[in-house]
Amino acid sequence: MTGYPTTWRRPPQIVTDRRWRIVLTVAIIAYLLIGMGSVEVNWARMMEGGERGLRFVYGFLQPDFTSRWKDISNGLIESLTMTLTSTVVGVAISIPIGIGAARNLAPPWVYYICRSIIAVSRSLQEIIIAIFLVAMFGFGPFAGFLTLSFATIGFISKLLAEDIEDIDEAQAEAIRATGASWLQLVHYAIQPQVMPRLIGLSLYRLDINFRESAVIGIVGAGGIGATLNTAIDRYEYDSAGAILLVIIAIVMVAEYSSSYLRKFLQ
Amino acid sequence: MLTVTDLTKTYKTGDKALAEVSLTVPKGQVVGLIGPSGAGKSTLIRCINRLVEPTSGKIALSGAELTGLGPRALRRERRRIGMIFQEYALVERLTVMENVLSGRLGYVSFWQSFTRRFPSADIERAYRLLDRVGLMEHADKRADALSGGQRQRVGIARALSQEPELLLVDEPTASLDPKTSRQIMRLLIEICAERGLPAIVNIHDVPLAQQFMQRIIGLRAGRVVFDGPPEQLTESVLTTIYGAEDWTAMRKDGEADRVAEAEAVARLAMISA
Repeated sequence: MTGYPTTWRRPPQIVTDRRWRIVLTVAIIAYLLIGMGSVEVNWARMMEGGERGLRFVYGFLQPDFTSRWKDISNGLIESLTMTLTSTVVGVAISIPIGIGAARNLAPPWVYYICRSIIAVSRSLQEIIIAIFLVAMFGFGPFAGFLTLSFATIGFISKLLAEDIEDIDEAQAEAIRATGASWLQLVHYAIQPQVMPRLIGLSLYRLDINFRESAVIGIVGAGGIGATLNTAIDRYEYDSAGAILLVIIAIVMVAEYSSSYLRKFLQ
Repeated sequence: MLTVTDLTKTYKTGDKALAEVSLTVPKGQVVGLIGPSGAGKSTLIRCINRLVEPTSGKIALSGAELTGLGPRALRRERRRIGMIFQEYALVERLTVMENVLSGRLGYVSFWQSFTRRFPSADIERAYRLLDRVGLMEHADKRADALSGGQRQRVGIARALSQEPELLLVDEPTASLDPKTSRQIMRLLIEICAERGLPAIVNIHDVPLAQQFMQRIIGLRAGRVVFDGPPEQLTESVLTTIYGAEDWTAMRKDGEADRVAEAEAVARLAMISA
C-alpha cells in the first residue's frame, strides 16, 4: 500500500486559522517593544547603584555577627516565637474553617461563609495587613503574630478544604452506612485521609511564616525583620549580612527537617 | 424481613434509575441482584439504607418504615443494616481493628469513639468476628497493608459488628480474582446461614450468582424483569435482562473457572500432604 503521507505535524490547538496566528504574533511582539520602550531607565543612577550594591555584597562577604549580636538574638527569638505561636493558632482556627469550606461536608450557607473568610484572608497581602495591624496595635511582635495567624488561616483552610473535597468518597460512604454521626464521620473517615497532608502543610506554613516574619518586621511588626531594617537604615551592611545569613540558615534547616518529617509521615 | 414497595428513584438529571420496584426478602434469604451496568442495582441497595434518597415508594425492615425518617432516626435505623462495598471501602489509614469497631459508631457516643474507648462487649465481638473471617493476627495492622481478599474480609467483619438484621452487598467480588471471589462468596453465604441473615447481593458475574444465590432478581433499566430461583435463569431470561449475546460462551468461561479452581485446590492439597 502506498500513497499515505510521510510527514505529520501536530495541528494547532488554540488558534486554528493561520492568518489569525500571524496577526496575533505580530501584535504581541509590537506590544512588547512598545512596552519596553516606555520603561524609563536612568543609566547614571544605575552605575551609582552598582557601587552601593557592591557595598552590600561586601557586607555579606564579611558578615559581622558580634557587634550587634544582642539585637540579632533578641530579634531572632521574637521572630521564632511569633512564627510558632501564629502557626499553632492559625492552624487551630483553620481546621473548622477548612471543614466548613469543603463542599462535600458542609451545608451551602456554611460553605459560603467559610469560603468568603478564606477569600478575604488570601486577597490581603501580609504586608498590607501588617501595616494595618501595626497602626491598630502599635509596633512590635503582637501585630506580627496577628498578621501571620491571619495569613495562615487563608492558606491552610483553602488547601485543607480542597484536600477534603478530594477524599475517597467510598470510605466516607462506608462510615455513613454504619449509622455514624457527622462528627464521627469527620473523625473516622475524613481525618485519617487528610491528616498526613495537614501535618505537611502546617510544617510548610511554619517555614513560610518564619520568612514572612522577616518581611513584615520591616513595616514595624517586630522580630528579626525589625532588626534587619534598623541595620540597613544605619548602613551597617555587615550586620545586615549577618542577619540575612542567619535567616537563610534557619529557613534551610526548616526546609530540610520538614521535608524529612513529611516523608516519614507518609 | 425487608419489604420494598413501589420504589422509584429519579435523579436530578432526569434519569429514572428505578421504576416502581417492589420486592420482599424473608429472613435468611440471600438474593442476587443482576443486571447490566446502569440498570439501577447500586441505586436500589443504596436507597434501602438511604445513602441515596428515594424519590417515592416505601421501604420497611421488620415492620419499621425507613423512608421519611429524620437524620437522627435514620442513623438509628442504619445501625440495623450492614453494608459491604465494592473495592472494600475500608478507611485505609486506620487499623483493621478500628475498621471493625467503626461498625459500632452508631451505638457509642462521639467521645467514646474519639478516645477509642469502646465497650468491652464491642471489643470482644470485634475479635470474635476477626477470628471468624480468619484475620485474628492482623488486628493491629493498617488496612492498606492487607491483600484484596483480606480487606474484603475486614469489610465483612465491619458490617457484622453492627449486629445487622440485613446485609447489603455491593459487587463484593468486582476487584478480586476468581478464586478469592469464590472464597469471599462462600464466606458470605456461610455467615448469612449461621445467623439467618437476609442479604441482597449486587453481582455482575452471572455464573457466580447462579452458583451461590438462593434467589435471583434481574433488573433492567430500573425495572424488575426476572425474579426466581437460579435454575430458572435460562438463556431467554438472560437475553431479557442483558440483551442479545452468546450466553454459552460465558457459561463455558464460568465452567473453565470452576475447573481451574478445583484443580488448584487439588494441587494445594497435594503440596500440603
